[in-house]
Amino acid sequence: MSLQSHDVRPQGVQTYTPREFHHQAHDALGNPQIRANFRKAMDGLMTKRRDSFADWDLETLRELGANIRLRALAKLPDLLEQLEANCEANGIRVHWAEDGEQACRIIREICESHDARSVVKGKSMVTEEMHLNAYLEQAGIEALESDLGEYLVQLNEQTPSHIIMPAIHLNTDEISEILHDKTGTERTRDVDTMTAAARQQLRERFMAADVGVSGVNFAVAETGTLCLVENEGNGRMTTTVPPVHIAVTGIEKVVEQLRDVPPLYALLTRSATGQHVTTYFNMISSPRKEGEHDGPKEVHLVLVDSGRSRIYQDDELLDTLRCIRCGACMNHCPVYTRVGGHSYGTTYPGPIGSILSPHLMGLEETKDLPTASSLCGACGEVCPVKIPIPDLLVRLRRESVGEGRGNVPGAGVKRTRKEAAAWKGFQWLATHPAVWRAGTSVPGKLRALMPAKLGVWTDYRTAPKPAGTTLHALVKRHQASKSHQPNNKSHEEEP
Amino acid sequence: MTPVKFYPSKSEKVYFFGTCLVDLFYPQAGLDAIRLLEREGIEVLFPEDQTCCGQPAYTSGYQQEARAVATAQLDLFPKPWPIVVPSGSCGGMMRTHYPQLFAGTDRESQANEVAGRVYELTEFLVHVCHLKLEDSGAPEKVAMHTSCSARREMGLAEAGPALLAQLGQVELVEQARGAECCGFGGTFAVRHPEVSAAMVEDKTTAIAEAGAQRFVTSDCGCLMNIGGRFEQQHTPVQGEHIASYLWRRTS
Repeated sequence: MSLQSHDVRPQGVQTYTPREFHHQAHDALGNPQIRANFRKAMDGLMTKRRDSFADWDLETLRELGANIRLRALAKLPDLLEQLEANCEANGIRVHWAEDGEQACRIIREICESHDARSVVKGKSMVTEEMHLNAYLEQAGIEALESDLGEYLVQLNEQTPSHIIMPAIHLNTDEISEILHDKTGTERTRDVDTMTAAARQQLRERFMAADVGVSGVNFAVAETGTLCLVENEGNGRMTTTVPPVHIAVTGIEKVVEQLRDVPPLYALLTRSATGQHVTTYFNMISSPRKEGEHDGPKEVHLVLVDSGRSRIYQDDELLDTLRCIRCGACMNHCPVYTRVGGHSYGTTYPGPIGSILSPHLMGLEETKDLPTASSLCGACGEVCPVKIPIPDLLVRLRRESVGEGRGNVPGAGVKRTRKEAAAWKGFQWLATHPAVWRAGTSVPGKLRALMPAKLGVWTDYRTAPKPAGTTLHALVKRHQASKSHQPNNKSHEEEP
Repeated sequence: MTPVKFYPSKSEKVYFFGTCLVDLFYPQAGLDAIRLLEREGIEVLFPEDQTCCGQPAYTSGYQQEARAVATAQLDLFPKPWPIVVPSGSCGGMMRTHYPQLFAGTDRESQANEVAGRVYELTEFLVHVCHLKLEDSGAPEKVAMHTSCSARREMGLAEAGPALLAQLGQVELVEQARGAECCGFGGTFAVRHPEVSAAMVEDKTTAIAEAGAQRFVTSDCGCLMNIGGRFEQQHTPVQGEHIASYLWRRTS
């Protein structure tokens, strides 16, 4: 088991935990600012995505994207070895980490071997997953986020609320306030002024950083190339200015060939932000070569497992690993839109988080996440690589109540004798049609399914009223009246 | 998107699977659906032993219990007639999830065969019956709420509106974010009541703001949820199952 147990988050940082999903969601729902910020942002993102795919055969492209990811996963062990060999041949040193803690240690050791005191980071969710910043701080190494959203979240002592737009929970006024409080920037509502101020602050830090840490969007096995998709140029600065670059990625981000990248890139940018291209697309294939004037002298790649190889063992759960981290599922999720990213208490919020986090943290921690979906299907509909997210949510519900294959840590944790008995009761009733037909007593019996919880329905709605009669009874009467009045069958009145 | 489905020509008989919500809470909608089908000259068979498709247990993770309940339904449709279901949710369960539920069991081929004959009511009326409607009701502004299962699982976003568009006196009004879930989601509404409430609140607001006097839907879960919210707010927007609405205005 390689569950993320090393909690190194420092005091003071606003922390959320999936165990408290209900409370956190309650707080978010009661916060009109949070509600408004997410609604506005998600509406905008949904429109942009739709418009950006307007002239594309989206279904064909999604099919292609899904197949590329499926092919990569089918060959994953071989591709990882090939990636390692080709990276090493290119001069990129490859490290394997079984879990987040080991990955943190590898990164720290690289930093220490260079006497590094200052690390500048490009956006990387896998380093959020392992709490790298806090780990490095404890080792006396300062880690500074350089993605604007991550920078704001770090200044505000928070965690990202979205995997693509970490500070999406903040509006312009709140951002202005944070920049003012933490950096002395003059208060303004002008986004360009704020961006320019943050850029200036970050530029100075880039020049002084000893090590740059970035994520990876696609790691190409065929060529040993690390692709990084970004808009702010901070990714390029992070990976070229400091003398050492450490790229960190989950093992699932590998693709087979260079030609696999353009379709995935086309899907990623449009699904995420509705962009046809991003401002920067970096392809890192080696450290600085002899005679070159810039680029890092050392490039490292840390491949992190952290539960992924366990997901890989299950042919259904495997689909979780197709994800290219575009965030479209959260942008389109009616639950995420209302409760925001922090309520989930996980690195990855929203639908993808609810199917991934149980593997990373165990079902005991995350047992409320697979049920935090109405199974409306919006996530699966927009997923660029066609992950059957609703089916995987149901699969995890099965695992939670101990009716799955037991391949998820904490399987069975949600099973209670009472609920199991209630569903057995439902089964008995629904497989005894004569009893079922006995009629109106059935709703009363079904109501007993979740006696403690069904009451909450009526806090917001009137109670469903069992009809005085059943369809079974109506049909019987209807058929009887038809046989008596064969010519009048379409005009009869039911009592 | 669901793959293109080829529809059969209208059959002499159909099976009607009423669903448990219709059976217990909205039986009139079931009867109205039957009468709409009969008016098209179809004989409607109602297997008496039908109970529930098993979905509540299925989506709660109780797979064995769901399979037992579903198994009891599989034998109810022995002849090759279409199976018409007045719900996208139960229809989606039977068409999409029965094959998954029975994969690798000795009922697999039967489940696939039954699943292939399942049609949601509005789908069947539009694509198989090519239903033509004469509106005899008063002028009215109506919003359609297509359930998520009908829309996404069964690919039927167009079927309900296509039927309503035939009603000359009915103005179909567009609500904001019409494709968004109403927050029912079966046990979701009881497991996450506050989130569900926030969703249905937005849905009723959108329908009311669209100027609708009534909303119709093809799923009784949504009807119970949205209608129950309107009723509790004392908002004079009525909810109705599309089968009852169509029957009432054209009979």
